[in-house]
Amino acid sequence: MKEKRIGVEVSQAIAIATKLADVDVISAYPITPQTHIVEGVAELVADGELDADCIPVESEHSAMSACLGSSAVGARTFTATAGQGLELMHEVLYVASSMRLPLVMAVANRALSAPISIWGDHSDVMAVRDTGWIQIFAVNGQETFDNVLCAFRIGEDHRVLLPVMVHLDGFHLTHMIEPIFIPEQSEVDRFLPPYQYPLPLDPDKPVSMGGMGAPNIYFETKRAQAEVLTAAKEVILEAWKEFGDIFGRHYSPVEGYHREGAKVLLLTMGSFSETAMTAIDALRDEGKEVGLIVPRLWRPFPFKEFRQAVKGADVLIVLDRALSFGGPGGPVCSEVRSALFNEGKKPKVIGFVGGLGGRAVSPDGFKEIINRGIEVAHKGSEQEFEVFGVRE
Amino acid sequence: MAKSAEELTWKDLEIGAIITEPGSASQYQTGSWRTERPIIDLDKCTKCGLCYVFCPDMAIKVNDEGYPETDLFYCKGCGICVVECPKQAITMLEEEG
Ligand code: SF4
Ligand code: SF4
Repeated sequence: MKEKRIGVEVSQAIAIATKLADVDVISAYPITPQTHIVEGVAELVADGELDADCIPVESEHSAMSACLGSSAVGARTFTATAGQGLELMHEVLYVASSMRLPLVMAVANRALSAPISIWGDHSDVMAVRDTGWIQIFAVNGQETFDNVLCAFRIGEDHRVLLPVMVHLDGFHLTHMIEPIFIPEQSEVDRFLPPYQYPLPLDPDKPVSMGGMGAPNIYFETKRAQAEVLTAAKEVILEAWKEFGDIFGRHYSPVEGYHREGAKVLLLTMGSFSETAMTAIDALRDEGKEVGLIVPRLWRPFPFKEFRQAVKGADVLIVLDRALSFGGPGGPVCSEVRSALFNEGKKPKVIGFVGGLGGRAVSPDGFKEIINRGIEVAHKGSEQEFEVFGVRE
Repeated sequence: MAKSAEELTWKDLEIGAIITEPGSASQYQTGSWRTERPIIDLDKCTKCGLCYVFCPDMAIKVNDEGYPETDLFYCKGCGICVVECPKQAITMLEEEG
């Protein structure tokens, strides 16, 4: 396989991925910590390395709206945003998925105001959880790069035709320089066929998109949309399988680390997972039967793979980097808890909220979380969920 | 389309509920909303065409002689034409029943 490995900032690697995917249109509004991605793509276009149109816009709402239009005429479309920008896109995100437009967006996960924070957490993602997009979480730069390529392949598959978000943690990934395998153009072309939208906007064969849905038909459209997102999982697995066959890097909906035989499992998403692995190693050295699971696919939620991944564990400790105010703690924890609720034998689920607004969790921190989680599982707690790393 | 909207199941829909026969909004009878209908007094009318311009539902057509005519399939009875007519040539008449 023809590949070269280069040291590159992850944001720049995403720009290279859009070039290899031969993207036609990019419309984005720069926002920290996503800015380097947009700058990187704009530079490739300005230098003539990528034959695409960059549409500069005055806001993220307009960026996403421009992307709808370009995707609808059959142009391969890419955008990127973060935090407040993702929230400003909010209503248009639903339109993209409901109109079944397979554009791809890299989201540099960032905390939400106020106070203003440009640093990372998952509050922005969780607020757009139900917008009907396929959502993939990357743990490191290589996964981000690979999954941007996979995102086009998955979203544009005619059995899917849905937009895809690739989540990468703001700063912890966007601004990190990593050694990343960059494949040859010919290899990418083998994996990613050209984009062909089956019913594009075309003056020679006119169609109307985004029409009115009265009560006699709206519900049917939503049922169809829900069905296709759930069914997309099979296509995602297929794309990852073929990606693995061509490039030798294999992806699955739920990754495991020392999962086999683990009585206590920690669950993390995104870049924190690699730090957590260091803690798992240390605890294993102390003889503790702990392991880690990392959901990569957030939407559609991989229920089967998740239930399989936690089999045999007595305790599942979930770290959320977002807070559902006045609710049950973290959104990921509530989802996995409800995914297990009707199961016969299941681990006790202990929820933690931590790492908000760029607050780091060190390997020792993860050890503390795991130890406290085990304690709560055995002794119980007055609180609905635990908070880690805040000054009391 | 073979099936009416009421008969379509979710499996029958085009991707993203795309409408492959554009212009289907013309089949929608906005006239069914009406409780009052506009009556045009042609003796007062100067054929200025303002009612035609302002009607939000294109429910006023201009006939061969240049006079406005309402299309009651689309006229929803909003009364905008009454307000816009500079000659007070249009009045609203309550629908029966
Ligand atoms: S009442 Fe309203 S809809 Fe009817 S003709 Fe006048 S402006 Fe048009
Ligand atoms: S606005 Fe009044 S005067 Fe002008 S065309 Fe209509 S009815 Fe006639």
